[in-house]
Amino acid sequence: MQPITRKIAGGAFVAAAAIGTLYACATTNKPQSTLTTGDAATKVYVAPGSYDEFYAFLSGGYSGQISVYGLPSGRLLKIVPVFSQFPEEGYGYNEDTKPLLETSYGFVPWDDTHHAELSQTNGVPDGRWLFINANNTPRIARIDLDKFETSEIIEIPNAAGGHASPFTTPNTKYVVSATRFSVPVPNTDVPIESYKQNFRGTLSFVTADQPGKMDIAFQILMPGYNYDLGHAGKGPSEGWFFFTSYNTEQANTKLEENASKNDKDFIAAVNYKLAEQCVAQGKTKTLPSSYLHNYVDAGSRLAKSETRTSVRVLDPKDCDGVVYYLPTPKSPHGVDVDPTGQYIVAGGKLATVIPVHSFDKMQKAIAAKDFETTISGIPVLKYQSVMAGEVQKPGLGPLHTEFDGKGYAYTSFFISSEVVKWKLGTWEVVDRIPTYYSIGHLMIPGGDSKQPWGKYVLAMNKITKDRYLPTGAELAQSAQLIDITGDKMKMLLDFPTVGEPHYAQALPASLIKDKQLKYHKLTESTNPNRISSEAEGSIKRSGKRVDIKMIAIRSHFAPDNLEGVQVGDTVYFHVTNIEQDWDILHGFAVLGANTSELILQPGETRTMKWIPTRPGVFPFYCTDFCSALHQEMQGYIRVSPQGSTVALKANTSPKAKAQMAGGNGGGR
Amino acid sequence: MTRPSRVLVALSSVLLLGLLVTPLWSIHLVAPQYPEGIGMRIHANTVEGVEEHDIDKINNLNHYIGMKRIEPAAIPELKYMPWIVVALGAAGIATGLAGRRRLLIGWLTVFGALGVLGLYDFWRWMHDYGHNLDLEHAIIVVPGMSYQPPLIGSKQLLNFTATSWPALGGWLAAVAFVLGIAALLLSAPKSRMTREVPA
Repeated sequence: MQPITRKIAGGAFVAAAAIGTLYACATTNKPQSTLTTGDAATKVYVAPGSYDEFYAFLSGGYSGQISVYGLPSGRLLKIVPVFSQFPEEGYGYNEDTKPLLETSYGFVPWDDTHHAELSQTNGVPDGRWLFINANNTPRIARIDLDKFETSEIIEIPNAAGGHASPFTTPNTKYVVSATRFSVPVPNTDVPIESYKQNFRGTLSFVTADQPGKMDIAFQILMPGYNYDLGHAGKGPSEGWFFFTSYNTEQANTKLEENASKNDKDFIAAVNYKLAEQCVAQGKTKTLPSSYLHNYVDAGSRLAKSETRTSVRVLDPKDCDGVVYYLPTPKSPHGVDVDPTGQYIVAGGKLATVIPVHSFDKMQKAIAAKDFETTISGIPVLKYQSVMAGEVQKPGLGPLHTEFDGKGYAYTSFFISSEVVKWKLGTWEVVDRIPTYYSIGHLMIPGGDSKQPWGKYVLAMNKITKDRYLPTGAELAQSAQLIDITGDKMKMLLDFPTVGEPHYAQALPASLIKDKQLKYHKLTESTNPNRISSEAEGSIKRSGKRVDIKMIAIRSHFAPDNLEGVQVGDTVYFHVTNIEQDWDILHGFAVLGANTSELILQPGETRTMKWIPTRPGVFPFYCTDFCSALHQEMQGYIRVSPQGSTVALKANTSPKAKAQMAGGNGGGR
Repeated sequence: MTRPSRVLVALSSVLLLGLLVTPLWSIHLVAPQYPEGIGMRIHANTVEGVEEHDIDKINNLNHYIGMKRIEPAAIPELKYMPWIVVALGAAGIATGLAGRRRLLIGWLTVFGALGVLGLYDFWRWMHDYGHNLDLEHAIIVVPGMSYQPPLIGSKQLLNFTATSWPALGGWLAAVAFVLGIAALLLSAPKSRMTREVPA
């Protein structure tokens, strides 16, 4: 194997990587064969028919989705569509889910997901929801963990690059979103060169403990830096939130150089309990704004979209002591709070140490007004006054840290491509293991919470080069599972991932596996287009609009012969899967439709909009293999020329006839 | 009748009345498509799914083989069976109160006969469902195949393994009958026994 340093011979890193070889390459040049131990296979083997111990939720990066894996096997269980259209499920294509992807910019079919975050109770993941951010057009989504479905999305106003998001407070009162790109607030047409005067950052606190009711509680207006990541305090530091910032140089061009000049940037420590008080005392300004809140109505399963028109913004100048800056070397990326809530660990991308701040020291420094200076009403504490320790010579390019709950921290190093284990309190490095290659985030189940399940660390790598069979110019990105139960970390498994996993979260399967929904109760559906028996099938015209209601059940649609539609009509197929049976899904697709199929969960109604463009007879069929007679599950719709006299007609199935006669075909 | 035997008859009758609130029989179906199983329970007054929609699922699956829909409302026995149970239970209690051995013999005879008749009737319904198929509309037709689950035990019906077994009420009835027999044995008149010994 080549030295890792050659693998990332990219411009800006060459110099750093050359230094890296001095003290990091000795660990990364180990022959691969010694990296796994003999029992690795048995540790990740989950026998056919057996379950994994953990659900792991990996962000899909530029796929815009979440992928769900079982650990330790690394088996892909599901892709949950969130911010990108997903034709496999009709997500963002059917009329029912389209509103979820609406924004103040209109319909956005794609985004870039970065950080999965599980809801918490008392600082411990509780299995209610998963949150994830959209980085490009800043939004936060809620995923229900009894359905593995996106149920809510809120857009973040006055923000660009929703990167430091959606980290949660210990009881999921808030999830946060800090803007990576500072922008004019409110966004107006100004010269880019006026960055220092006009550009601001915002830290948004979004209420999250009421499903379907996410709201921007308040935004804190910050100096125009780049805000990168965040984590809530816990235990003694509960009530505080920590955000990293870089580009304190306030560069607006060529940031790789211009934003890497300062020796130290900042962690912003936000006292959000105090912010709440200032908000309650009316110390905010209400800015007119426009942002969307989208949610799935539980009864009808129809997504709805509402526009909100203002947001409360708090300037730290108006709320003394709400934000302090902790100087932190150098262009810090991750900021991670240990399970005790005492230590705040930063990952300075270009730093040669891992700096750790002490919450107690920070409190004392605040009380003693031990300030270096004040920026826009934000006191800057002295580094020596808040720093608890530095991990010396840890590696190159520290990014993120997770904890095992046993007093150890695990930090990912992008440039030297390794995970380094070190001890909290003594700051000594105790072990290191190479990753293949260039790890970004790492994840221990519950590893950012009060109670880690410290059995594995999952490394998520950006580069795979020679790790898998090559697939052209674009290669898979990957995750690697490392056993951390012993003194020495042991590499157990590689598996390729969907898109680029940034962060991930995992929890024991037992927390959610038994509460999974098996079907939607037809009798409880409030969808106006729902029908629950074949007899209710219909075709109706209203001007140029034709509405068709049909049912799907093994192995037919009813009605399945439709006539009287004309070129130029807009046809809505409202299809209800009237099965009340677990894992019996049906699909629906029409020849030539300019949209995806519908996928219908049992008891669910979905609507496809279809604009026929030519006369003829067009088949439709079930796309989800439902039964032995799945291939027979089909029908036809006839399209006549505009102005035709062909009457509107939907056939009546034998069962529908029996139902209408009140005979033995009752029930479904 | 001795005091213990009268108590046993009363107990037997109470157990019998338990048939009004417990399922008599259960039919459980397992297939590769249903590893978790679907099933129904036959009560004195109805047939219900083990899970909420199991009868619908079974009916929907049965449309492939042309089997009639299982509609509890269309089975007349389910209307009068509870009254038979009530009558039999009441008669048992009356027998215990009266303490007449002849009444007990009569009651047990009726009990036994009704039990056999009930099982025969249940078998006849299953035979009808399993054999009397609408072959004209059946989608899957296997020549010579019928779909009658066994009264007790398991049988492979296409992809389904059907297992039929007494449920709690069925066992209650059996125990009630055994208690009745025990009461009969215990009530054997002493005088007669003493008479028989010297004979």
